[in-house]
Amino acid sequence: MAPVDRPFPPGDYPVVVVGSGPGGLQTSYFLRRHGIEHAVISKDEEPGGMFRQFPLFDRLVSWTKPYAPVKEGTREYEWFDWNSLLADDPADWVGVGQFMDGTSEFPSREEMHKAITTYAEKNKIQVRYGCTWEGTERNENGFVIKTSEGDYSCRVAVFGVGVAEPWKPPNIPGIEDIPHYIEMGPPKTYAGKSLYILGKATSAFEVADGLLPWAKSMVLSSPSEVKLSVVERSLAGLRARYTQPLEDYAIGGRTVTILDASTERIEKMHEGFRVSLRGSMANWELSLDFDAAVATTGVSAPLQDLPDIGVATFSGGRLPGQTPYWESASVPGIYFTGSITQGAVGMRGPGGAAVHAFRYCTRILASHIAQRQFGQTPKRTPVKGSDLVDFLLDEATRGPELWNQKMYLARVVGFDKKQGLVDEGIHPLAHFVDYDRPDGVAVAVTSVEGVPSPVFYVRSGSRVDEVIGESDLMLDFATPENKRHLTSVLKDVTG
Amino acid sequence: MKADQDLTDVLASLALFADLSRPQIEAVAHTCEEVSFPQGQRVLRQGFSHPDFYLIVEGEAEVRIDGVSRTKLGRGDFFGEVAVLLDEPATADVVSLTFLRCMTLPGSDLHQLLVSFPELMFRMLKVETGRLRQTLEWRP
Repeated sequence: MAPVDRPFPPGDYPVVVVGSGPGGLQTSYFLRRHGIEHAVISKDEEPGGMFRQFPLFDRLVSWTKPYAPVKEGTREYEWFDWNSLLADDPADWVGVGQFMDGTSEFPSREEMHKAITTYAEKNKIQVRYGCTWEGTERNENGFVIKTSEGDYSCRVAVFGVGVAEPWKPPNIPGIEDIPHYIEMGPPKTYAGKSLYILGKATSAFEVADGLLPWAKSMVLSSPSEVKLSVVERSLAGLRARYTQPLEDYAIGGRTVTILDASTERIEKMHEGFRVSLRGSMANWELSLDFDAAVATTGVSAPLQDLPDIGVATFSGGRLPGQTPYWESASVPGIYFTGSITQGAVGMRGPGGAAVHAFRYCTRILASHIAQRQFGQTPKRTPVKGSDLVDFLLDEATRGPELWNQKMYLARVVGFDKKQGLVDEGIHPLAHFVDYDRPDGVAVAVTSVEGVPSPVFYVRSGSRVDEVIGESDLMLDFATPENKRHLTSVLKDVTG
Repeated sequence: MKADQDLTDVLASLALFADLSRPQIEAVAHTCEEVSFPQGQRVLRQGFSHPDFYLIVEGEAEVRIDGVSRTKLGRGDFFGEVAVLLDEPATADVVSLTFLRCMTLPGSDLHQLLVSFPELMFRMLKVETGRLRQTLEWRP
């Protein structure tokens, strides 16, 4: 491609977005909807971000259901389709389902990548590919993004650079000699080998599951016990897709061994590795030899020099601290999008790391930047008083944002003295609850002892009350009891 | 403290975990999640149900009851346990005074953690006893 044809040459832009994965692309789409001029740059040569490489074993763990109880392409369908990128106009939407061959409800990496590329092409999202972010400076006008092609000045910088850099804990002697799972060879290179897998999170079991037909034996070890998503009723647990190695171990299949142990030391031998283990839940020590070893110890965001200009980080420097609207906790004007938004904390734990969760952040972030940084007035739709209770319960039952980002995102209805009730759209719940604002009510979805339930926050002056609704066997929260209860609670506030 | 310090190393330096072996501390660190809050954000919210359990690894926070400041918390201090153990809504707000890094655990998992590591439970009990004594001394 001739350089003259490429968009966004170095220069001054109100906003610069770094990254061309699902986060960067959707942020650009929504900024454009708000008419905010911006440049998008990416070190990659094509759209897709992490999906150009991940998942390593070729299939995602997020579903897209071709046959759902609701119509494909509707807002409600988003709960049944965790992978398609968002669009405000139905004509702009690209459903991942159309690229899937029917062998699984989980798209392959290639199918997902195709859908993202099509979204970028269909929506004519301009990106300066092959332009690498190399450094960052802060000045009185904002920021200078230094790249392989020159400097970009901007008031607002948005980083959507993924969370896919290999990370290893610094305190295990010898860990530097074994590859991180991102750097693993193809499965066939493990044919007939014994393998040590350091870690027991989903990525460890993804590796073990992928190598069941290849490795002769595998030991997985980490200090804490395995927790299953189906038991915990949480995506934080080991995903059901990868439980086959667990069954192998449980029935004594002798291919897989799962230990609760700390890895004390890894020694590189003439051939393979010697691993010293010490039990964490019981007192024992063991030294084992393996043909190969791999560290499934997590990933980090490539933040480059952002900490040097004051961006606060946590989790061993792996993620930036963020406000509920994904702005740096310490450097105003720097925002994050895509999977890095998992570093922001909602009302109960962090936001989600996958597309189905962070895709909503991109839409809300663009709207927030448009208002906060460029003075745009938010769009608000009136809500009839007689419809309020039904509206809130319907949102709790069907709002995909509330289900995909439980206790992080909420539908907010404001009580405006002039306009009356107004639908303010979807916002971070923590912001509604913690920061001064006009009276209103927010509805979210929570989990009460593992059971999804509606929850309402009613603000009157500086006071915010929490009202937990009852769940329903069929997860339809518009029950007579919830209607009665909510009507009574809101009567005092709305008059 | 260095932002890139591993959570296990942070916990190992706190009195609360002094009786635990290194593998046990690693097990605790793996069970929990590290989260961060910007200055001025509420971490615990008075009157709200099902809070998580938190332990500060970096930064300062303030305990407020009905908007009135009661005490400050710093590295190694924990909060949220009262609501979790009594299964009641949080009795206070905890607000970050600085950028705050915490180790957190869903309230429902605290019981299992304490039963798995009785030495940790004993250390926490000592802290709670100290807090109770302080409360009693405040009484007129």
